[in-house]
Amino acid sequence: MAKILSQKFYDEMNKLVPRYPTRVALLLPALHQAQEEAGWLPSEVMEEIGEYIGIHPAQVREVASFYTMYNLNPVGKYHIKVCTNVACCLRGADEIVEHIEKKFGIACGGTTPDKKFTLMEEECLGACGTAPAMMLNDDYYENLDIKTIDQLLDGLK
Amino acid sequence: MIMAQQHEPMYIQYFNDECRPLSFYLEKMNGYAASKKAFGMSQDDIINEVKKSNLRGRGGAGFPTGMKWGFIPKQSAKPKYLVCNADESEPGTFKDRDLMRYTPHLLIEGMLIAAFAVGAHHGYIYIRGEYTREAKLLQIAIDEAYAKGYLGKNVQGSGFDFDLTVHRGAGAYICGEETGLLNSLEGKRGEPRVKPPFPAQAGAFGGPTVVNNVETLTAVPYIINKGGEWFSALGKVEKSGGTRIICVSGHVNKPGLYEINAGSMTVRQIIDLAGGVLGGKKLKAVIPGGSSAPVLTADEIDVIYDIEPLMKVGTMMGSAAMMVVSEDYCMVKLIQRITKFYAHESCGQCTPCREGCKWMEDVLERILHGKGREQDLNLLLDITDNIAGKTLCALGDAAAGPVASFVKKFKPEFEAYIRGEKHG
Ligand SMILES: Cc1cc2nc3c(=O)[nH]c(=O)nc-3n(C[C@H](O)[C@H](O)[C@H](O)COP(=O)(O)O)c2cc1C
Repeated sequence: MAKILSQKFYDEMNKLVPRYPTRVALLLPALHQAQEEAGWLPSEVMEEIGEYIGIHPAQVREVASFYTMYNLNPVGKYHIKVCTNVACCLRGADEIVEHIEKKFGIACGGTTPDKKFTLMEEECLGACGTAPAMMLNDDYYENLDIKTIDQLLDGLK
Repeated sequence: MIMAQQHEPMYIQYFNDECRPLSFYLEKMNGYAASKKAFGMSQDDIINEVKKSNLRGRGGAGFPTGMKWGFIPKQSAKPKYLVCNADESEPGTFKDRDLMRYTPHLLIEGMLIAAFAVGAHHGYIYIRGEYTREAKLLQIAIDEAYAKGYLGKNVQGSGFDFDLTVHRGAGAYICGEETGLLNSLEGKRGEPRVKPPFPAQAGAFGGPTVVNNVETLTAVPYIINKGGEWFSALGKVEKSGGTRIICVSGHVNKPGLYEINAGSMTVRQIIDLAGGVLGGKKLKAVIPGGSSAPVLTADEIDVIYDIEPLMKVGTMMGSAAMMVVSEDYCMVKLIQRITKFYAHESCGQCTPCREGCKWMEDVLERILHGKGREQDLNLLLDITDNIAGKTLCALGDAAAGPVASFVKKFKPEFEAYIRGEKHG
């Protein structure tokens, strides 16, 4: 089978091997690293991870599907995750979600047709003192209001 | 204005970027002096010092830390482990994030001492996946510590070896529960385990394991440097030592972290400390210890904010996440949102939790949308009875307690929906 994951993936993983007493413990780090490269986790990638670790691809999928951060479907170039849990809700998160939905004409969970934006509702991000908060790809944005969101999103290429 | 504390706080004065590097920790925070001192003590002496300190777990359950360490067998055929719970997934909680990004070496040194005390040679920091930046900052601090001999082989010439690894979670509330966390660390689904065996007997990779919250571990260097009695005296109620970092969010004028001596203030005083209710409005309710804690009404806030006093009034301090709700926010909407969270996060292993949370969510949803029935409130209470205490882990209780408290304490709001006088 042709390899999809880069040499960097294998280098990073090999560095982690001595850090764990079992090989299976590499699975979460491997899924993170792979997703960073591929943007999401297609079946072929999960197969390749399974082969590297020495477990069945079904086991990779079984674990990956347990965790919300692993994308089992493709997402847009910019992945917006708005926290709508208690603290953010109390500080107006619903209006923020509504605003972004209208702005891009997509519902939560959806991706714009040009594959640029994916919008998701997120559970508590641990930024409750600076609510409302959201993530844009790996980064946190806090103390949000409609204006700062527009500035941020309109500036993205 | 109310004085936040009678003593210099332990943490919040360091919550800025300048305090992060090892050089700052060594020069300004007496860094790695406590571990040096600990290496000259016996394991039992360290554990006794922590017992004397009345340090109780900051992750939610408030378990006495010294006692937990004491459960680890001295001899073990399998390697022992120390795991730091940095999942910070309880809604309303945001203290561990600042502890990790601003005072990472305090955590590293706390882990070093804890590991030495229980005889663990490898530690893991299980950090929630969303904290990408914090994981990177931790790694930088760990690399600094390795480079200077504060981690690795023969730490500070003590003969003690300790390795520390950052392990990222991937978005699952249940991985904050310690045995769910251990499964996740092992590369499995984060489903909680049947207990016993407890982690102290068979935890990570089958070895005896201590799991402690970030804030619990960052207290350890202070306890060793200044003594268990000093730490214990910081607490103003019995059996609760140290200071507490309180996460105040929701409808207050100044949300954020506040550090107080344990048990030194009431809920009301803490709301005042956070600038009072947002926009000068009237208070309606307080969720005192993360979304898993039963709610308090505005009439119930003259209680001391600490583990035992809150337990006595039927709620809990949990992770010290206080969420404040002002007069015009709808309690039905709020509990529906909270319950949706638990339904989403239930791992599905235990039927009462899996089915019960979903049922509660559905019933609350239909009440909110004007389709509630008269018997729905009793039905909700019935479901909470069928979940609480009937599951492997405490997620079930965490979902049931709040629903029961909202329904009992804010009944007229639910009834208004059911009678069709209000709509969601
Ligand atoms: C559903 C659930 C979620 C939890 N989430 C966390 C968490 O995010 N962080 C944490 O430190 N403890 C959490 N806990 C508590 C842990 O199970 C455990 O008690 C704690 O890590 C022990 O450390 P401590 O004694 O230092 O508090 C959670 C418990 C449950 C039942």
